Amino acid sequence: MMPAAAMAMAFTVNGTVRTLEVATHHTLLDVLRDMLDLTGTKECCAEGECGACTLLVDGRSVNSCLMLAVEADGSEITTVEGLASNGELGPLQQAFLDKGAAQCGFCIPGQLMSAQALLARNPHPTVEEVHDGLVGNLCRCAGYQQITEAVLAAAESVNR
Amino acid sequence: MSADGAGVSARRVGGHERVTGQQEYLADIRQPHALHVKLVALDVARARIRSIDTTAAEQVPGVSLVMTAADLPQPVPRFGPQFQDRPILAVGETKYHGEPVAAVAAETKDAAEAAARLVVVEHEVLPAVFSVAEALDSESPLVQEPGMRPDDPLAGTNTLREHRFGWGDVDTESADLVVDNSYTFPIVTHFAIEPHGFMAAPDGDGIVIWSAIQHPYLLQKMMAKLLGMPLASVRVLAPDPGGAFGGKQNAKLEPLLAFMALHTGRPVRLILTLEETFQAVRRSSAEITVRTGFVEDGTLAFQDIEANFLIGAYVDIADRVVGKSSYLGCGPYRTPAARILARAILSHTTPSTAFRGFGIPQLTWAREANLDEGAYVLGIDRLELRLRNLVGEGEAFIPDDTPADGDWAQSVRKAAELIKWDSPVPPGRGRGLAIGLKSGPTAALSYSTVRLLADGSGVVYSGTSDMGQGARTIFAQIVAEELGLPLDRISVVMGDTAVVPYDQQTSASRSSVIMGTAVLRACREIQAQLSEMASRLHGIETSQIVVEDGVVRLPDGEVSIVEVLQQGLGPLGGELVGNGEMRKEGDPDHPLGGSAAFFEFNCAATEVEVDQETGETLLHRYVTVSDVGRAMNPIQVVGQDEGAAIMGLGHTLMEHIILDESGRIQNLGAIDYRIPTSNDLPLELISASVENGDGPGPYGIKGIAEGALLATAPAVAGAVREATGAFIRDLPLTPERVWQALQERP
Repeated sequence: MMPAAAMAMAFTVNGTVRTLEVATHHTLLDVLRDMLDLTGTKECCAEGECGACTLLVDGRSVNSCLMLAVEADGSEITTVEGLASNGELGPLQQAFLDKGAAQCGFCIPGQLMSAQALLARNPHPTVEEVHDGLVGNLCRCAGYQQITEAVLAAAESVNR
Repeated sequence: MSADGAGVSARRVGGHERVTGQQEYLADIRQPHALHVKLVALDVARARIRSIDTTAAEQVPGVSLVMTAADLPQPVPRFGPQFQDRPILAVGETKYHGEPVAAVAAETKDAAEAAARLVVVEHEVLPAVFSVAEALDSESPLVQEPGMRPDDPLAGTNTLREHRFGWGDVDTESADLVVDNSYTFPIVTHFAIEPHGFMAAPDGDGIVIWSAIQHPYLLQKMMAKLLGMPLASVRVLAPDPGGAFGGKQNAKLEPLLAFMALHTGRPVRLILTLEETFQAVRRSSAEITVRTGFVEDGTLAFQDIEANFLIGAYVDIADRVVGKSSYLGCGPYRTPAARILARAILSHTTPSTAFRGFGIPQLTWAREANLDEGAYVLGIDRLELRLRNLVGEGEAFIPDDTPADGDWAQSVRKAAELIKWDSPVPPGRGRGLAIGLKSGPTAALSYSTVRLLADGSGVVYSGTSDMGQGARTIFAQIVAEELGLPLDRISVVMGDTAVVPYDQQTSASRSSVIMGTAVLRACREIQAQLSEMASRLHGIETSQIVVEDGVVRLPDGEVSIVEVLQQGLGPLGGELVGNGEMRKEGDPDHPLGGSAAFFEFNCAATEVEVDQETGETLLHRYVTVSDVGRAMNPIQVVGQDEGAAIMGLGHTLMEHIILDESGRIQNLGAIDYRIPTSNDLPLELISASVENGDGPGPYGIKGIAEGALLATAPAVAGAVREATGAFIRDLPLTPERVWQALQERP
């Protein structure tokens, strides 16, 4: 086996600057989960189809299984762990809880991050826009209606 | 009544963890110094293993072990919930695409993966069977060595078992119309978003196994037997599964991990890829021929069903799926004569296992589609035909067995009303309606312990797995109802056989009813102790004391439970402990080994439009109505019903595993195997419940988690038929298949 190439990098994760040396073939998802112990972001398909690993890179929603960690050098990353502040749930988190949108919960971090990105670019989405915005996030419990209700409720609570 | 008690949409216990990323799923649990495991498999279904060369793999830095069947006790131990037929690693030959032949344990994932690629398996591809027709051909190779089933007359065939049920005489019953057709149901896979994962570590003289498994205690029993250890030395830690749907009921790779942990003396960890998960579990496909005999007025004269289920290379629980579902194959109808023959047929494919509905979706598809065809020929409304034959409450539909445990016509009428069955169908559209019926557990045993702590908070211990159905919330609500505690003062402990008392399993939508009753009884024991305490404190007979609604009622007023508790416990504090047991014995004379604890009854109805150019089916409205007894937590019932309905739309419209000529799965992974997304929903999806409080669980509840996918396929196909005139008898109703049927219309 060829020794893996390593590279120093720095990025901001949920507001904290992290400097570390990563293997160049490791994904952003690998590094967050295995090196930084941020296990809220989930791995499922590892090919950018299921959305379980969705997080924000400089405000854009990204499948972190498809992004090499080194590509995130200098970026600002937000994961599900960064949505609550001072122990208070973010509006989307609260709405997901209130509407019963989380069943088994495994896809929920990814759903929340896609919804976060959606509401940032479209604070008043319609039902169809929520469906389009979250179409890359599979939920096998198929709680799609409750997830959609939650996103709409969060939009309303923020804009109230 | 408690603010968080029965019938309230209380917030999910564990919900906060799930929306903050704190919920610890199996892959999130870190074992210091764990070795990472990677499997080695062949890219073919059936092959003779000539030799395995591990030399190069062993030289990869960081590799501790490359295990093959030769490193295991000989003969290689086999396991399975029904038959002990699955070896820990392939022995002599592989029998399905992806069956592990070796496994590498290394210090890092990278090293394990690199080494796994260097294991050289010399092999020879062998002829194999991948379909019912191939498997039943007497010239075809056998999947299982006949010696595995000594004294079984079917041992020289690929039919594992034949299940025969029935009553009356189908052959002498006279019918005005007989509709005889065959229907197919595809291979589909569970696709829980959490891929399967396993860990194991030596623990003194024993072992600890981590698995996101639905049946921790069944795994404990199986591992103890395999390893020759007492039950007490096998600890199973079962974190909440990230979706399971039946796919995580039974052991898969836990035995391999246990032997690797014992071999290396280290914790070992294996998280499967989604592709490997697809190769580990699936639903059984089926080819089902239904002959329904009708009297002119639509009354059933007989039902004659022959169902061939293509199970996989190892049995897992698939034969039970075949037997249990086919027993109910004729549905909830009054029929004078019935004949059912169902075969569990082995093949060189992924072992099939339990999958939400447990075989009932397959049979329901065939039976209900056949009823629709009869209704068309007879010129009788499809709803009317069903209502005419549906049994009433208390009426037995299988002679001498459990009668209907609800007024099921209510659910059917409600679904018809919600789909506006009686209104004219808009041009270009069609409606369909179908009925599904599934039995709950036939034997069951659950224990629970509840502790009421000195500050008036409570802890519930349960061996149930909360895989998203919301069992934690239900149990906490029972405690809230019985002891008057708010939900945020109740903890629910699950998933550790060293801590929680015995539970048989989490399956057949049993937990709210069976474990729920155990929790209720544990609470009632605490109520009795509180009554004794109040009796002592106030000098009155317990017969004059009632503990309910969170208070202790005395002849001259009421005192809060916490007050009685704290006074009763005295300065040393302490706690009250209640134990509850719920046991439903089996019946050795019953064809299924026991009668149903309850039924899940569902009616599905839909209105669709079919694009004549593309064959695409658009669901304008979809309705699912379940008889739930009582909705313990309405928001969770809606979540289960909608989720099951959408999952059902998956196997109805898009999902199917495709095999190539050598049995390899062609659409392995999320890109090529499509499940419903947020853009695949009906334009309007409505779920409703019938609540008559007539279930056997606490407060009249029934199990509810599977009902809404039982009848999805025939409801949609019936609507497609009305919209287009095409009867389609094969699932899924993909645009290509529908388009093809449109071209072939007479």
